Formats: sequence, structure tokens, C-alpha cells
Amino acid sequence: MPEELLRVSKIKKGTVIDHITHGYALDILKILGITGRESSGVITIAINVPSKKYGIKDIVKVEGRELKAEEVDKIALLAPHATINIIRNYKVVEKQRVKLPAVIRGIVKCANPSCISNSGEPIQPTFYVEREEPLRLRCHYCGRIMEREDVMRRF
Amino acid sequence: MGLFKDLISIKDLTREEIDHVLVTADAMEPLAASGSDMLKGKILASLFFEPSTRTRLSFEAAMLKLGGSVISITEPRVSSVEKGENLADTIRVVENYADVIVLRHPLEGAARLAAEFSSVPIINAGSGAEEHPTQALLDLFTIFKNKGDIDGLNIALMGDLRYGRTVHSLAYALSNYAVNLYLVSPRLLRMRREIVEDISGKIKVEELEDVEEILPELDVLYVTRIQKERFPDLEEYEKVKGSYKVDLNLLSKAREDLILLHPLPRVGEIAPEVDSTRHAKYFQQTRFGLITRMAILALVLGAVD
Ligand SMILES: [Zn+2]
Repeated sequence: MPEELLRVSKIKKGTVIDHITHGYALDILKILGITGRESSGVITIAINVPSKKYGIKDIVKVEGRELKAEEVDKIALLAPHATINIIRNYKVVEKQRVKLPAVIRGIVKCANPSCISNSGEPIQPTFYVEREEPLRLRCHYCGRIMEREDVMRRF
Repeated sequence: MGLFKDLISIKDLTREEIDHVLVTADAMEPLAASGSDMLKGKILASLFFEPSTRTRLSFEAAMLKLGGSVISITEPRVSSVEKGENLADTIRVVENYADVIVLRHPLEGAARLAAEFSSVPIINAGSGAEEHPTQALLDLFTIFKNKGDIDGLNIALMGDLRYGRTVHSLAYALSNYAVNLYLVSPRLLRMRREIVEDISGKIKVEELEDVEEILPELDVLYVTRIQKERFPDLEEYEKVKGSYKVDLNLLSKAREDLILLHPLPRVGEIAPEVDSTRHAKYFQQTRFGLITRMAILALVLGAVD
């Protein structure tokens, strides 16, 4: 495990989200539905961690929870360079870079209230990723552009 | 199947496809007078979940001119949509009765959704605030018929460029041609930024508030309605409305061969005294609308190549 991960205590079992774009750690917690009022499981947040690749970065560790694919996709929306480390018995057993697909289905709703995708039709909201960072999505149905703030508001 | 299966957005069409619609419409013009049985046995379903009598009449007349038949939902209040049936289900029922569906819907993206569920062609007759592709095509056809070409023209869109959906589709359509485009509107009603960004990458676009400075150079002046409701206070509206009115005095500064277009209905943007001038082409636009829609129906139904 890279040295900087040791700055905060190791976790026995759970997920380490590394290389989060600086400033987005709290948004990542929000996406994962972590309120800070959970009754168990250590949650560690590191902000302004020096990074060779990106200058500074954020890290989030969640004890006792392995992220689902859908959650990984949501993280990719906000932090396209993040890596997800699954930890078991203090060891990284799986490491994956998040990847923002060219087309996003189902994980975020359109910000346009007049969009047909918000009116109970049997479809999944669908967006084209026009730019990863800063984020720019275009709704397949209504064409509305959504940026990072619009996406955050939908979670 | 013809040129394209559905007509959802003008943005889906290439310049070649738009040109093909114009050339097809030109060839079909005589049929508007004589009629034809080109689409005999075919049924058009017109589903208007938002009233637009003119557009509906134009499509239905186009179908009848080509020998086809029409079934329709024209009363949104008694339609199944009001009872809560979703559009996808409506489409999957209606596609069994019709060979082509013309859809007008208040929600944006409705036509694209309909096309995903329909096995028969969907023609977008207006959805939400953004798209009205057949209007843009008939506008282009009117320009093409009057000027012989679209490339090289100086064209101004004037009035409410923010909320008027016809000007959005028209601006995208024109961006396929080598035109100089002037966007003339009060500040509050300027065209949406994303549209200006999209088109200014392709053609020369200039935004201004007063048409007089460019009027002498214009080949085409396209006027739209400015609605009172769009202004936060009436005083602001009263201040601007006069500068977007076309009358004989204004036209005295225009070129002899300037053509004046308007999607209709108008409410005072063009003085009646202008109707009898050689500039006025807005009623001709209606006839060209019929012809353009005949061409679109024949194309999506594969009756012409
Ligand atoms: Zn949308």
C-alpha cells in the first residue's frame, strides 16, 4: 500500500477510495449516503494529501463496507481519477481505477423538470459524457447540459 | 425505409440529408396542387398532447394530398395521457394502427423517447421548448425557393430568441450552411448560451439589439413574436416592443429583394401594411410548409428515395 495511505490508521476490512480529486471527499461521502451518524464502522477522511500525480488529493476510508458497482460509477462522476481499494484482513485484495463510461445510464436523473425522462416513463435516464473534468453531461432525451453542481444536487 | 427512419431533431440531420429534403420537396411541389396516391393505404396518426392547430392541419393535409389517411388524438384533456398512461404505452398501442406517427408533446425529449418504443417512423411536431424540426425545414425550403440557394446569405433572426422554439431549430439548421447569421433581440430574450456556442463554432454569428444597423445588408429577416409574459415588468416590455416591429418605414431601409418570414401567428410584430409588399413571404411559408411535410412523409415512408 502506498505510504500516504498509512498516515491514517489502517482498516481491517472495507474500502479505501484513493486519488479523489482534491476538495471532493465530502461529496463522495454524500454520494455514499454517509451522514456521520452511523452507529459503527470507522470512517476516515483525509483532505489535502500530497500526491505525486495530482499535487494534492483526498482519501476516504470506509470500514466494514465494500462498494457496489453502482456506487463506484457514482464516484467516477465526481472523481474520475479515483482508485478503489477493497481491503480484507488489512490487505488490498482488489484495486480498481474508477472509469467513467462514455454513456451513463440510471445513476443520475436529469436536472430539467420538463424532461420526458423525469415523468414516469419506463426508461433509464441516459447521459453522454462530453467532458470528464470539469464534468459535463448531456441528456440523451432533452439535450440539457448538466455540470458537477447539477449532478451533486441530484444525489 | 428511405433517407431516415425518424425525424426527431434538426441536429440529427447532416447537410446532405437537409439538402435532400429540400430537393425532394422541390420535386413534389406540383403534387400539392394535383394530389397523388403515393401514400394510398398508409395511415398517419397525429398525436397532439399540446394544442397546435396549424401544425396539425399542415401534417394532415400533407398526408391527404398524397392519398393517405389520418387518425388523430386532438383533445389532450380526454386523452389517456391525462389518465396517467405513459407515452411509451400510448406509442406501443398506436403503432399498431398507423404507418407513421406525428407527435406534439409538452415535455422535452418526448419524440426521442417515442422513437425508441415505436416500430413505425416518428416525426417530431414540437416537443418542449427546444425542438421543432419540420418548421426549420420548411423555413429553409422557403429561403431556398426564394433565393435559389442558402449559402452566402445574410440572415437575421429577430424577436424572442430565448423562448421561441422555431428559432432554435432554425439556427441549428442554418449552421450547416455558409451564412452570416445575425441574432437580433432585447437583452432579456437573447438566444440561450449553449445554442450560440454550438452554432458559432460552425458559422459567423453576431448578436445585436437593433436591426437597423444591419438591415441594408440582409437577404432574409425572420421575425418572431415577443410575448408580454416573458418580461418581469410591463415597462420593460413597452420599451422594447416598438423596436421589434416591422413596418413600411423600417422596410424602406431594406434591400428590394429582402424576404420577410414569420412562423405565424403574428400579434403585431409585422404591420398589415407590409402584407402587400414584395418582401412578405409569411403566407407563402405556410404553403411551402405543406410541401415540405409532404416530402418528409414520402421520405420516411419510403415512397421516394
Ligand atoms: Zn433530460
